[in-house]
Amino acid sequence: MSTTTRSAYPWLFLAPAALVYGGLFLLPTLISLFFSMTRWTLTAWYFTGLDNFASFFTEPSLSIGFTNTVLYAAITCGLKVVLGLLLGVLLSSSMRARGFLRSMVFFPNLISTIAVGITFSSLMHPSRGVINQALAALGIPGPDWLGNVHLALVSVALVDVWKGVGVATVIYIAGIVSIPPQYYEALQMDGGNAAQKFRWVTLPLVRPAMNAVVILAFIGGLRTFDLVWAMTRGGPGFTTDLIASIIYKQYTGGFYGLATAGNVILFAVVSFLAVPLYRWLTRHEVDL
Amino acid sequence: MRSRALRAGAEVIAVLASLLVFGVPFYFVILNSVKSVGEAADMNLAWPAAIHLVENYTEVLTTNSGLVVRAFVNSVLLTVFSIVGMVLVCSMAGFVMQRRSSRASGLVNFLVLAGLMIPPSIVPTIWVLRAIGLFKTLPGLVLVEVALGFPFAALLYRGFMVSVPREIDEAAVIDGCRGGTLFFRIAFPLLQPVTATVIVLSAVGIFNDFVNPLYFLPGAKNATVQLTLYNFMSQFVTKWNLLFTDVVLISIPPLVLFIFFNKRIIAGLTAGALKA
Repeated sequence: MSTTTRSAYPWLFLAPAALVYGGLFLLPTLISLFFSMTRWTLTAWYFTGLDNFASFFTEPSLSIGFTNTVLYAAITCGLKVVLGLLLGVLLSSSMRARGFLRSMVFFPNLISTIAVGITFSSLMHPSRGVINQALAALGIPGPDWLGNVHLALVSVALVDVWKGVGVATVIYIAGIVSIPPQYYEALQMDGGNAAQKFRWVTLPLVRPAMNAVVILAFIGGLRTFDLVWAMTRGGPGFTTDLIASIIYKQYTGGFYGLATAGNVILFAVVSFLAVPLYRWLTRHEVDL
Repeated sequence: MRSRALRAGAEVIAVLASLLVFGVPFYFVILNSVKSVGEAADMNLAWPAAIHLVENYTEVLTTNSGLVVRAFVNSVLLTVFSIVGMVLVCSMAGFVMQRRSSRASGLVNFLVLAGLMIPPSIVPTIWVLRAIGLFKTLPGLVLVEVALGFPFAALLYRGFMVSVPREIDEAAVIDGCRGGTLFFRIAFPLLQPVTATVIVLSAVGIFNDFVNPLYFLPGAKNATVQLTLYNFMSQFVTKWNLLFTDVVLISIPPLVLFIFFNKRIIAGLTAGALKA
């Protein structure tokens, strides 16, 4: 029986996956380790040891990518986790406009990042943009959202949250509706109010969903490229350059070895930050 | 009574806030896509003196000798072929990954999971594509999209296979079904819900993809819709109305998908997130 069962599921079925995924993802990942230590023209290479990595740490236009990337991931992830939870609680309650609000929060996800970037570049225009016009009408002088070196990265991160908070919300909603109603009923018997329900039932039991949101948003933030590129191209100066946009800049400059080193560094940053974070989060999960 | 009024008030506030945060940008884009060049340059929410719907769309569709139309064709071809490839490759892999267990399974699972996290290495991928002669070609980009979408979709298929009883396979095996027949006649039809999810999610994701076409399909002839929009940013730097017309044009397909498959999209995203 066991041999017939096995021949019913031939390894051959994995061959297309092995070819495509192995050839165009695993193999490039593996050889990137080597080519990150070379000066590379795609046809010829010259071994330079760890020079590329050294440049990434010493040249300010490259090393700024580390802080920006971590900052960007932290801001977007933090806001998505908190706002997504609030929206998730609100939109899993029994309100009449629930369906409408869910669609409103979710639809930006369906719009391409480039389109969102163009739209907000215009909305955030320092003098004519709708946001600053509205602020001016309220008597508040609006800042130069994308031109101010201290603010530009935060502005792009806010747009990222605008676009991505819908995914966080639907994940939270899925987590909240799977909480058995008995927990809420028990608390109600003991005279608990809405705030206590949130604190003692929703918050601890929504942890698996929250962990998923944290990890997805954090890794997504670390890997971001397209939104930054559509809105600021890394500017003003290098103040919104993320590791992924630096990789693109080095690639278009013809520095293939350096770009590959950037990829290896991004890989390392993701693994050294996201994997321990995931371990730490799942250790504190409670079972339903 | 007081609490009901309070609740109704809170609902109204929630709806107004969502209209302000999510509705205004949407309205802004649509409104500015039908303005004249001069009015759109003001970037405000004022109602235009005349609606330039037809002119703007004609100009966008005919500019650069119909580049946008060609880009639409390219994007649709890219999306369709990538989806077909992804469904075939991932369903077969997910099926075998779930049904067979051996010493190699642990390694296979690890390699697939790693793909969810590791950012793809760009230049080495280009190097491989050049070596097989597919760099700057649509088939090459299709293969890249399949490869990068593989971990997520394969894990969805594998997860769903768990709920397909093994007895069904065994009955089919006794009736003489093996490998290919077993999969295509028995398992694949049962996997239909995942296939629908993968199709809808990848349709939106690949149609909206900017990064992979930027790297792997450069060149004016090959432009996809996202690349043309990106290039218009420098070409139409003072013509915001045309820029927004293009934004509306390329946002229609994903929004139509959302209207019809809203539940499927949300279910797929949450299932994927909570499992991975």
